Amino acid sequence: MSNLLGLEVKKIVETSPEEIEKVQNWINTDEYREKNFARQALVINPAHACQPLGAQLAAHGFEGTLPFVHGSQGCASYYRSTLNRHFREPAPAVSDSMTEDGAVFGGQNNLHEGLENANAIYKPKMIAVFTSCMPEVIGDDLTAFIKNAKQKNCVPKDMPVPYANTPSFNGTHIHGYDSMLVSILQTLTEGKQIEGRCTGKLNLIAGCDFNTGDYREYKRILDAFGIPNTILADLADSFDSPCDGSYHIYAGGTKLEDAADSINGKATIAIGPYATPKTFGWIKDNYSGKHVTLPMPMGIEKTDAFIMKVAELFGKEVPASLKNERGRAVDAITDSHQYIHGKKFAVYGDPDYLTGYVSFLLEMGARPHHIICSRGSKKLEKELQALLDGSMYGKECTIYMNKDLWHLRSLLMTDPVDAVIGDSHGKFAARDAKIPLFRFGFPIFDRVNKHRYPIIGYQGAVNMLTEICNKFIDIKDETCEDQYFELMR
Amino acid sequence: MSDNIRKIDGITKESTEALIAETLSVYPEKARKKRAPHLGANDQASGSACVKSNKKTVPGVMSARGCAYAGAKGVVWGPIRDMVHVSHGPVGCGWYSWGTRRNMMSGITGVTSFPMQFTSDFQEKDIVYGGDKKLKTLLAEAHDLFPLAKGISVLSECPVGLIGDDITQVAKTSSKELDLPIIPCNCEGFRGVSQSLGHHISNDTIRDYIIGTREFAEPESPYDIALIGEYNIGGDAWSTKPLLEECGLNVKAVWTGDGELDKIAATHTVKLNVIHCYRSMNYMCKVMEEKYGIPWIELNFFGPTKIRESLRKLAELFDDNIKAKVEAVIAKYDPIMQGIIEEYKPRLDGKKVMLLVGGLRPRHTIGAYEDLGMDCVGSGYEFAHNDDYDRTSPEMPDATVVYDDPSEYEFEKFADALKPDLIGSGIKEKYVFQKMGIPFRQMHSWDYSGPYHGYKGFEVFARDIDMAINSPTWKLARVSGNGWLHSTVSSPHPTFGHLLPQGEGIMISG
Repeated sequence: MSNLLGLEVKKIVETSPEEIEKVQNWINTDEYREKNFARQALVINPAHACQPLGAQLAAHGFEGTLPFVHGSQGCASYYRSTLNRHFREPAPAVSDSMTEDGAVFGGQNNLHEGLENANAIYKPKMIAVFTSCMPEVIGDDLTAFIKNAKQKNCVPKDMPVPYANTPSFNGTHIHGYDSMLVSILQTLTEGKQIEGRCTGKLNLIAGCDFNTGDYREYKRILDAFGIPNTILADLADSFDSPCDGSYHIYAGGTKLEDAADSINGKATIAIGPYATPKTFGWIKDNYSGKHVTLPMPMGIEKTDAFIMKVAELFGKEVPASLKNERGRAVDAITDSHQYIHGKKFAVYGDPDYLTGYVSFLLEMGARPHHIICSRGSKKLEKELQALLDGSMYGKECTIYMNKDLWHLRSLLMTDPVDAVIGDSHGKFAARDAKIPLFRFGFPIFDRVNKHRYPIIGYQGAVNMLTEICNKFIDIKDETCEDQYFELMR
Repeated sequence: MSDNIRKIDGITKESTEALIAETLSVYPEKARKKRAPHLGANDQASGSACVKSNKKTVPGVMSARGCAYAGAKGVVWGPIRDMVHVSHGPVGCGWYSWGTRRNMMSGITGVTSFPMQFTSDFQEKDIVYGGDKKLKTLLAEAHDLFPLAKGISVLSECPVGLIGDDITQVAKTSSKELDLPIIPCNCEGFRGVSQSLGHHISNDTIRDYIIGTREFAEPESPYDIALIGEYNIGGDAWSTKPLLEECGLNVKAVWTGDGELDKIAATHTVKLNVIHCYRSMNYMCKVMEEKYGIPWIELNFFGPTKIRESLRKLAELFDDNIKAKVEAVIAKYDPIMQGIIEEYKPRLDGKKVMLLVGGLRPRHTIGAYEDLGMDCVGSGYEFAHNDDYDRTSPEMPDATVVYDDPSEYEFEKFADALKPDLIGSGIKEKYVFQKMGIPFRQMHSWDYSGPYHGYKGFEVFARDIDMAINSPTWKLARVSGNGWLHSTVSSPHPTFGHLLPQGEGIMISG
């Protein structure tokens, strides 16, 4: 007998239907909720991934850039497939396939061999290196390794090879995005600052945003102003490229020369204070021109703030086209407010999405009743509380910091709401609670083309509103009794 | 034998070897030397492997491989429905592998089945001080919150092995305290060269901690079998298990698709193990054979030809009662399958397919394509061993290219030369080839469809393959008529692997 646990050998006993029913009911109770919220060690259904995923995302935002995972190869496969599934696009990236011997000797040999091969085969203009767990635990010295790689000519000496330490046991994907982005900008702008030079451009960082439509929307807004601009870490074409019978491994991204020259910009806006603190901090100290960090412009007020800031930075009037666009968005909102007013929502997601959802809902007269942040700071909690305090619709809404989607389930079952806003992973809890899930964040694995529809700006507000209101109307049409089924809604 | 040697027009040993040489020419010398033995032209008559396999991936080439953790969590342990599977370590690994394999589960989520993401979510302090204490606490919490869970697996991620935690000791102590099987599985991602070692490690943990610890309540019968290496992707087991039952057999346990821990633990009393995915579970079949004298047989449930062969092979091991039932099953389904073939074959006849998958599919699905009139012109595995390639050789037409752990570049170059009508591979490859206008089906996950196993599965498979190849949407990649007016071809980015043949690519000229 190979029973190494030394447990008693038992006959199989099926669990009785009564017992199953008992537990099935129990997990929906207040008692269970209390037990669930008392968890100290076990995390169930977290709404966040690890740092290197965000690092890879940032790397894809630059022209000709090959993301390079220093660590086990399985990590790279996981990041790639996650991005593939969300965008339904290629996500080319390599790893240096560290194995057991790396644990003993360190990963320098793998890194050097990997850089040489990747450069020869995929001919990138830039290789962006970031780490997964293994080299972080054993303490690989990336700075020295990459310096040595250039000395050994594994890659051309003039090739930019930015690198970031992105340990998975610290923070989430948004922190990896930040670390990789600042490293890329530091590398590309080194020695490029020219006294007295001003590109006249606005640099815009969209934050760790997985919606390609948002990138196009920022660009469209800035173009409407007639403001020359550089979107830094521009994912629009990287993850929304044409199907025309040919494959371009580097389908998009910020041009490296534009990124290099961004240090001489007239102004820089970093969207997403929670996803770009390192990057913004460095830009503030090093970039020419003015620097501003702004929340994701979701909803009318936050979009107004964004538009006004752009106008202010460049001393420009808000163009009539944008004023009209705002008016049309407000028209759409007033036309449809009755379908969202007073509705209770549970929302979860990355911090910058979260502040956006909450302010959008409050603006519409809806209640963000449960606000769950899988991993967030005191600062975020304060900001969310301030948003709630600023609206009568924020009363009796609660913020749950560092809680997961199994906590969310308990909340939905014991203190019901009308809908959930979040990523695809919330679909299980939403189904149990028999309420709709509106997918606006990341990842979205189970609906098509959502990443093409912006959620920022006036157009984003209309997109979100339309999806939400029409779903509530659908539910009414599908569930009302026959005598209440009518043409108009 | 020579009657069975199949040739593809235009493909010779020389042409395939020239293609391989040309593909590798871009590699640095060291990488070229490492990769060359992993690419070869099939020698169908030999019936043996034409490539090396199960070696370290060459760094930096863009491999599709995963890791040992992926093999343990995603493949072997994860599908067991009535257990809590803890991804022990940082948050990512469990999050990425959460619900992404499509091993379907019955039961009530959170009550009797647990298709969720359980993790110890390691932080910096856990790396510094170790995670054993946290593990002990979370095991008790899991048992408390999910009282009907039949056991817990602890699947280690990279840091756990590197910092020297002793999960085995924690599992043993907590098992006793909670009176619950808790299985420690040291499947850290840096171990071995691919997912494959994760399968092996997981099989070993089943051997060490599970098998023999339960007994079926009902009396034994000569028709008791277990279905091994069936993961219920897209509901596959819900096609194959009823099929075997229709043949008169008692399927006492499925390893591990929609699997139940207790039944897996009692499998040592069955009379025969029927294995589908040889790669991931041959180890336990061999253990059960040696230890309990249970014979095993490898079957193929893709496409009517292979199903028929397999069922007859299976019937040979049983009495006339089963033989008669198997013949009745074949007689019942053959005409239905013929109807499906008659519907789809006219649209698929002569089409070419290339494959790159894991486990068993690069060889096992070939017959199903052939049932539809298609030829496989290239095949390879992410993580196979020599015995897999031996088994592949007779299935592949002669001189076709075989690739082991190919890089994305190699796969593209081969597709460029061979111009398949369909590629069957994974999510990482899907959109690369679709951009090129090549129809594609994900062959790990059945592309959100399925089942593909058994008679029920063939109908879905045939429909999906026809849909992929003959969808009118592919034609839209080209501008109709004479193309754009007054434009010139321009490509703002360096092109890599422009695959469509000259004259057949998109025509954007004035």
